[in-house]
Amino acid sequence: MATIQESTTFEAPGRPGSPVDVKARYENFIGGRWVAPVGGEYRENLSPATGQPICEVAHSGAQDIELALDAAHAVKDAWGEASATERSKVLNAVADAIDENLEMLAVAESWENGKPVRETLAADIPLAADHFRYFADVIRGEEGRISEIDKDTVAYHFSEPLGVVGQIIPFNFPILMAAWKIAPALAAGNCTVVKPASPTPWSILKLAELIEDIVPPGVLNIVNGPGAETGKALASNKRIAKIAFTGETVTGRLIMQYAAQNIIPSTTELGGKSPNIFFEDVMAADDEFLDKAVEGLVLYAFNKGEVCTCPSRALIQESIYEEFMARCLERIRVITQGNPLDRRTQLGAQNSLSQLEKIEGYVQIGRDEGAELLIGGERNMLAGELAGGYYYEPTVFKGTNDMRIFQEEIFGPVLAVTTFKDEADALQIANDTLYGLGAGVWSRDGSRAFRMGRGIKAGRVWTNCYHLYPAHAAFGGYKVSGVGRENHKMMLEHYSQTKCLLVSYDKNPMGFF
Amino acid sequence: MGSSMAEASVTASGEAIEAIERLRAEHGPLAFFQSGGCCDGSLPICMKDGELPPGPGDELLGTVGGAPFYVDCEQYRRWGRPSFLLDLRPGAAEGFSLSLPDAHFVTRQPR
Repeated sequence: MATIQESTTFEAPGRPGSPVDVKARYENFIGGRWVAPVGGEYRENLSPATGQPICEVAHSGAQDIELALDAAHAVKDAWGEASATERSKVLNAVADAIDENLEMLAVAESWENGKPVRETLAADIPLAADHFRYFADVIRGEEGRISEIDKDTVAYHFSEPLGVVGQIIPFNFPILMAAWKIAPALAAGNCTVVKPASPTPWSILKLAELIEDIVPPGVLNIVNGPGAETGKALASNKRIAKIAFTGETVTGRLIMQYAAQNIIPSTTELGGKSPNIFFEDVMAADDEFLDKAVEGLVLYAFNKGEVCTCPSRALIQESIYEEFMARCLERIRVITQGNPLDRRTQLGAQNSLSQLEKIEGYVQIGRDEGAELLIGGERNMLAGELAGGYYYEPTVFKGTNDMRIFQEEIFGPVLAVTTFKDEADALQIANDTLYGLGAGVWSRDGSRAFRMGRGIKAGRVWTNCYHLYPAHAAFGGYKVSGVGRENHKMMLEHYSQTKCLLVSYDKNPMGFF
Repeated sequence: MGSSMAEASVTASGEAIEAIERLRAEHGPLAFFQSGGCCDGSLPICMKDGELPPGPGDELLGTVGGAPFYVDCEQYRRWGRPSFLLDLRPGAAEGFSLSLPDAHFVTRQPR
């Protein structure tokens, strides 16, 4: 048994045999160099897997944001004028560096966030590389537009970079969400100052180490620190031309307000309570499609439920509820929870003690409001060094859509299940939420799936699949789930200005004066 | 100090009141907004009063330690108009909320 254990588990970062080296402390990445925070302060960065420190990371303030903005502004013209070919080359080189260091980044990301390494190896890190490659490619095919106003007058439309942008990253996919923001910003010719989430400041710095000689100095800058100080200093700064944020609703409003004060654009992605809808025909045959649908429900436990699009409300047609749910519960019962660095682990650790306690609070609320607990409902205390980690059992409640556990985003492996009678009922329940980020529809009837997909008020409706995030498929919210789209070349518009040159080739005066 | 009337929608623990007083000494008048969604959703966000002017969709639930506590009306309705107890938990805030270096605000159901 011992040898099997060794072969399936990576050594933790910083330990002998680990693919990841760890320095005692990490400074900010500014102007292509490692720069100590002005105040000289650092904070311990914990691994959620053990609750033990990984390293120290800069605890920055407004002055550090100013330094990063200085560095970015110093090179924004040069980078903005670089040809698409040159920018594309840089982005492709970033992608190559990520691919070549897949295991190192996957292990760092897993230890940093608590997510299973099987997910970072197969999804987070390859998708991050692909994202840089996608934007490297699409900018080569971009072209401006020419409008012929009349035979002597032409409007030439050019896309120009905004300049220097600010980007605030969430903790749930520290590297991938950074890639979603950095790649289009750089592709469009902008320089960026990135503020990682406070609980996950380090893994993105491992990526920065890899690409510090690839990205021209000052084009990409990373400053760590608390949101209320560092994040605010960035988001409210007069020297940024755009702010992008992923997080919760009140801070989203705050960010949009800062943007309004400075008259700059913002994009926000603010969470969800995504319905995952299973029609009775999924059980018309006992085949691979049914198996896929069962997995589709269990995907609520992907990344420990810490996903803005977590399919956290399952809507199951009442005629199949008992049988379908029994199969799902069977699958949930055998979920392997443990060391995130074990390739066999399917469910890792929640990102922080605060997140774990929030989940515990919601499970209590679910019990108090009379929801039926079908499985889980407790913190999972693991043995050895994992005893200090933040593990929570995969949990399922059955209830009704008016309960708090159906309306609030729990951000954990907690599923709220209810039943519906028919298509109209399913659509009504699906849309009875503040949010509109994601949704899932499962049916063998393509027409019904299409009607549902168009009827659901959400930016992304997965049909007979879930939790796929390929580049070139737009992602973003309806309703209070935010404003803007990511993950598609339309992002280039979010990161560009339109310059119109209106040119007259007519020699004659207008004749007004 | 604080609002401890039985019918108040929001109350605060002694530790939370103490934290509010410490933060007020450092930052000036404060306000709370109950958040929802994503990473730090479901947590109360503590800000300098006026940092986010309350909008027409915000409901003032009461005051805690002299600081107004707002929630989005529609969110509050969907949550079933619960009562909140503002409390303090270990660890600095992870998002944009003001917090002590070693403790952050949470809202719980009063029991």
